[in-house]
Amino acid sequence: MVDRGAPLLTLDKVETRIGAYHILHGVDLVVPEGGATMLLGRNGAGKTTTARTVMALWRACAGTITFGGRDITREDAPTIARLGIGYVPESMGIFSDLTVAENLRLASISGHLDPNRLEVIFNAFPAMKRFWLGRAGTLSGGQKQMLSIARAIVEPRRLLIIDEPTKGLAPAIIANMVSVFRDLKATGVTILMIEQNFALARAIGDTVAVMEDGRIVYRGGMADLSEDDALQRRLLGLSMSAHQ
Amino acid sequence: MSKPVTAPSASDIPRRPLDWLPVALPLIVAVASLPLIGNPWTWLTLTIAGLAMGMIIFTVSSGLMLVFGLMDVLNFGHGAFIALGAYVGLSVLMPLTPWVEATSVLLNSAVFALALCAGVVVAGMVGLVFDRLLIQPVYGNHLKQILMTTGGLIIVEQLIRAAWGAETVSFNLPASLRGSWLLGEAAVERYRIVALGIGSAIFLGLLLVLTRTRIGLMIRAGVENREMLEAMGHRTRHLFVGVFVVGAMLAGLGGVMWGLYLQNFTASIGAQINVLIFIVIIVGGLGSTTGCLIGALLVGLTTNYVGFAAPKIALFSNILLMLLILLWRPQGLYRVVDR
Repeated sequence: MVDRGAPLLTLDKVETRIGAYHILHGVDLVVPEGGATMLLGRNGAGKTTTARTVMALWRACAGTITFGGRDITREDAPTIARLGIGYVPESMGIFSDLTVAENLRLASISGHLDPNRLEVIFNAFPAMKRFWLGRAGTLSGGQKQMLSIARAIVEPRRLLIIDEPTKGLAPAIIANMVSVFRDLKATGVTILMIEQNFALARAIGDTVAVMEDGRIVYRGGMADLSEDDALQRRLLGLSMSAHQ
Repeated sequence: MSKPVTAPSASDIPRRPLDWLPVALPLIVAVASLPLIGNPWTWLTLTIAGLAMGMIIFTVSSGLMLVFGLMDVLNFGHGAFIALGAYVGLSVLMPLTPWVEATSVLLNSAVFALALCAGVVVAGMVGLVFDRLLIQPVYGNHLKQILMTTGGLIIVEQLIRAAWGAETVSFNLPASLRGSWLLGEAAVERYRIVALGIGSAIFLGLLLVLTRTRIGLMIRAGVENREMLEAMGHRTRHLFVGVFVVGAMLAGLGGVMWGLYLQNFTASIGAQINVLIFIVIIVGGLGSTTGCLIGALLVGLTTNYVGFAAPKIALFSNILLMLLILLWRPQGLYRVVDR
């Protein structure tokens, strides 16, 4: 594994059950501080469950989750978020009845919006400025995704967990997203991104973990995986060729 | 930097077109009923009585609008807080009969305000216990909520019977709230005007809190996606307990007002109005303050007009009203969130 920094987030033998279903079977994952870690895998491999378990939206029934040296396995979601973790769920989770401004204000724990952060957001996503007082529910799919990401970065975070940010988006918007994530990385924020689009994962990721059947089956540098066609085929199979 | 944030180009902002039709609905119903009533003075009396009744129904419904519409808690025990409010109001007014019967507007107002405050406080405290014991264990499970809250209603009703007796109780309005003002040939009861004022104040207060404060923002967001709100660092548990307690307090306030409106009631005063409250909330669109107000006004007007013009179908009129509105707008007058 190519660790760029000390571990910021560590999952040690984490297991999660949802009702009668045993989804995670002992996930071991290390997200080094700084850079982007990509979590790849086929549909149903347990990627989203892993992200939700970190955020305590689903509870780990075994194992340990450590963030910045602190055991957060038994903490609740608000506590975890306040430790500096921004979460962009697969469903985007925007509040459609609220305006863009209200969505962002709510994402700021203090309730105040830092003009400098807003400047960054408006540069990255001009639509957020244009639709500032518009209802979030009236935004297009891409704009909703932008709002979801904007909410996560409206305040400084130590870690961003982003679940499939490009799902269903047009290529032009995806290109913009890649640029935004690269800029975010450059600011020193750590990113854990779940992604099925391998081309995008390769463009952003520094390290990679691949999941299968609720376990991490590969951890290493993104460069190593990118250069090894046989490894890609073995780990990602058909899902990869569609995104190359 | 903050300038473009606070002053974006107005032409760029997509605004939700104002949906005026539901707002105009009470006016349409009122105007349409004039030929059925015939005498314009009778119509005016019925209209004001209907609006006042609607405002009291809004006051008692607003609590459940928050709890059911916003928190998605099917609280069939809401009537318990209404009954408590009515009986606590009675307990304040009875010992202070000299103030109630005094010719002083100040003393009358003081005793009226005391009764309202007592109803609000007691209902709020019982609401807190109710939430902890009966609601929190069944969050997210509608069937269990119905069973638990119906059980809660029965228990509170029996406790009221034990404390105040099973007989019908009656009490008088404070002296200055009795009687009517004459508007031409129309008689306008004073208490109904007061009820209109209190209901309007509650409506504006709720609207301001929900749309202009951070707490209101959190409530609206939590209703739509509670999980996401928590993942953004906000604790919803205390927020929702607060909403439930405020809902109970509003029911307590409404209970005092409804008790004073009826003047004779039993421990079932809350249970009897429960169905009407659910009609109002469903008609309004779950969680919509404006929808709840319009729904309550429509119920008040319809009850009065139909009660006068066609008493035989008066009991059925509110169900018919709900049926017609849901056929027109299946999500209610104003849809707040998709659930």
